[in-house]
Amino acid sequence: MNLDLRVPMGLMFLLVGVILFAYGLVPHAADFYAKSLDINVNRDWGAVLAVFGLTMYIFGIRSQRRIAAKANTAPTTTTPRRGH
Amino acid sequence: MNLIPTIGTVDWLIMLLYFVFVLGIGFALKRYTKTSKDFFQAGQALPAWICALAFLSANLGAQEVIGMGASGAKYGIATSHFYWIGAIPAMIFVGIFMMPFYYGSKARSVPEFLRLRFDEKTRALNACSFAMMTMFSSGISMYAMARLIQTLHIFDGLFYHLGLPIGWVFHFSIILSAIIVLIYIFLGGLTSAIYNEVLQFFLIVAGFLPLVYLGLRNVGGWSGLKAALPETYMHSWKGMEHASTNPLGVEVFGLAMGLGFVLSFGYWCTDFLVVQCAMAADSEESARKVPLIAAIPKMLLPFLVILPGLIAVAVVTPHNTVTEHVVNGSIVRETTVVSPIVAQGHGLVPAKVDPVSGKMMLNASGKPLLDYDLTVPMMLLHYFPTGLLGLGLTALLASFMSGMAGNVTAFNTVWTYDLYQSYIHKNGSDKHYLAVGRWTTVVGILLSMATAYAATSFNNIMDTLQLVFSFVNAPLFATFLLGMFWKRTTGHAAFVGLLSGMGGALLHHGLTLPMQAVPGLHGGWLGVVVHHYPSDMAQNFWTAIIAFSTNFVVTIIISLLTKPRPESELVGLVYSLTPKPVTTHMKWHEKPATLAWALLIVLVVMNFIFR
Repeated sequence: MNLDLRVPMGLMFLLVGVILFAYGLVPHAADFYAKSLDINVNRDWGAVLAVFGLTMYIFGIRSQRRIAAKANTAPTTTTPRRGH
Repeated sequence: MNLIPTIGTVDWLIMLLYFVFVLGIGFALKRYTKTSKDFFQAGQALPAWICALAFLSANLGAQEVIGMGASGAKYGIATSHFYWIGAIPAMIFVGIFMMPFYYGSKARSVPEFLRLRFDEKTRALNACSFAMMTMFSSGISMYAMARLIQTLHIFDGLFYHLGLPIGWVFHFSIILSAIIVLIYIFLGGLTSAIYNEVLQFFLIVAGFLPLVYLGLRNVGGWSGLKAALPETYMHSWKGMEHASTNPLGVEVFGLAMGLGFVLSFGYWCTDFLVVQCAMAADSEESARKVPLIAAIPKMLLPFLVILPGLIAVAVVTPHNTVTEHVVNGSIVRETTVVSPIVAQGHGLVPAKVDPVSGKMMLNASGKPLLDYDLTVPMMLLHYFPTGLLGLGLTALLASFMSGMAGNVTAFNTVWTYDLYQSYIHKNGSDKHYLAVGRWTTVVGILLSMATAYAATSFNNIMDTLQLVFSFVNAPLFATFLLGMFWKRTTGHAAFVGLLSGMGGALLHHGLTLPMQAVPGLHGGWLGVVVHHYPSDMAQNFWTAIIAFSTNFVVTIIISLLTKPRPESELVGLVYSLTPKPVTTHMKWHEKPATLAWALLIVLVVMNFIFR
């Protein structure tokens, strides 16, 4: 299996985080964040999710590269396997 | 506040992004899904952490998320028993003791394990009942999701904008969820289902963690929450000596045996919906660790899914307000009108509305009944502005859909291997079974849709099916327990024992009734009521105890009267005849037993803290 879940999942959370963060930077009406106790949850939680997503994505890409590198350096042999 | 959310473009964007990634994962996995093993068993190539989160998420459907929030609002922290008593011990048991048999036997499904251990008829009985249950369960998830979307008017704005009749929202929800799940399972099989379950887990955390934070902050933290709620809400073990002195209406023996043992072990140890995730691991070592790793977040989930329920009833009930302020020398008066359904509720739990008449439902004293199932959605609407609301709603939708997907993949596997390959077409090629599995996905989705539509015509179908599940699941663990730990257990005994257990459950249910319930779906339908239980929950737990005990006793008796299989055929299937897993090469912190002990200690501490 060569699709590390951390790659698409990390990318998705990165994008969601960036969208929320950006939306949080957009000026809104004074009472827009009254629901969330006047906390700009879009900006703050968006930043957290973006960092989480980026971290997952990096780990996933590294893991896939490691597996690909192992597959490329694995010794090949033309000796037929016994017993099969 | 009202039940109609304001869903902005950014909310739609987040939901759309989720659907794109879900389908994208399915397309990306297609090229790795070449054999039936890839499709049905994820190639048995997944790492333990992914299988663990999927193992957990397979159970974390939206009905669980919404149901636990509802129970939290109704019963308080005692709801945590469903996790700390009703899940963790069973997860430890299946990881330490049962996974070596499931994985080591090379069985491709739980019914197939029963064939290996017992005989064909036991396998067939389990396969048929399980296949039926998965389709009903998937259909119920679909129906519940469509009803919630309808109740919360999530798609109403979009439909207005597109000039489509609002009455189509229900059908649109069913068809949309069916198409998305169909595509990603058809393409990627179990791997797709597992990957999306893991995605759903992180979405639930991402959606609910800010909810809990905001809610706790709003009520004044933990101390504010304690001050705002009745004392019984903050204790999980107080008053458990007797059923009448605690909100659950069940005493400690019924709780420990019924929930903690029979139902819990019956589900976590034998339900292929969750077991399939552990069996997809890349090694037996990983498979053993899967339930143990899953138990760590499971232990913490009460703070994510139950706490919103407590917060919802701690908050002041919204009501009409008039505020005055001065603007440029003029007095401006603003009136905020709250829907009567919300104003007549308790905290953020709205009053219950009759879906047919649209009127508020009242109890015998004339007070509005509360719709606890809307607790979690109402919390999301109350605290989340546009943006974060999209994430919260996406988390809910994700949990419904992954619940459907898990059931469909389990159905695929059991149908293809345990029914089709065993009885209809025995010696087909691997390519043939892969094709069968893919097309069974289509059938599974269609059957789920049929169940979802049937639920619209029969008011009590969900309650009925939950009841049927408990009759079928409850006795099952006795069969596995005796099969795995007593080499004398025979196939005839297992089969008759299972049927007897189901019969025992039916009989018990038919002869007992919860207090203030009328005979029918809640019990007492045999014409005589020999016992009244304080609550539905108590009756459910005792039905499970009776089912298990009946199966257990009957299986032992018939085993002693019938001939067992030779011991040589039971190696790898029975504990006493199987070499124990070797862990001497592992460091102490890598051994499953270490993690198991650590979990047990934390479990005791949590129960002590919230006693």
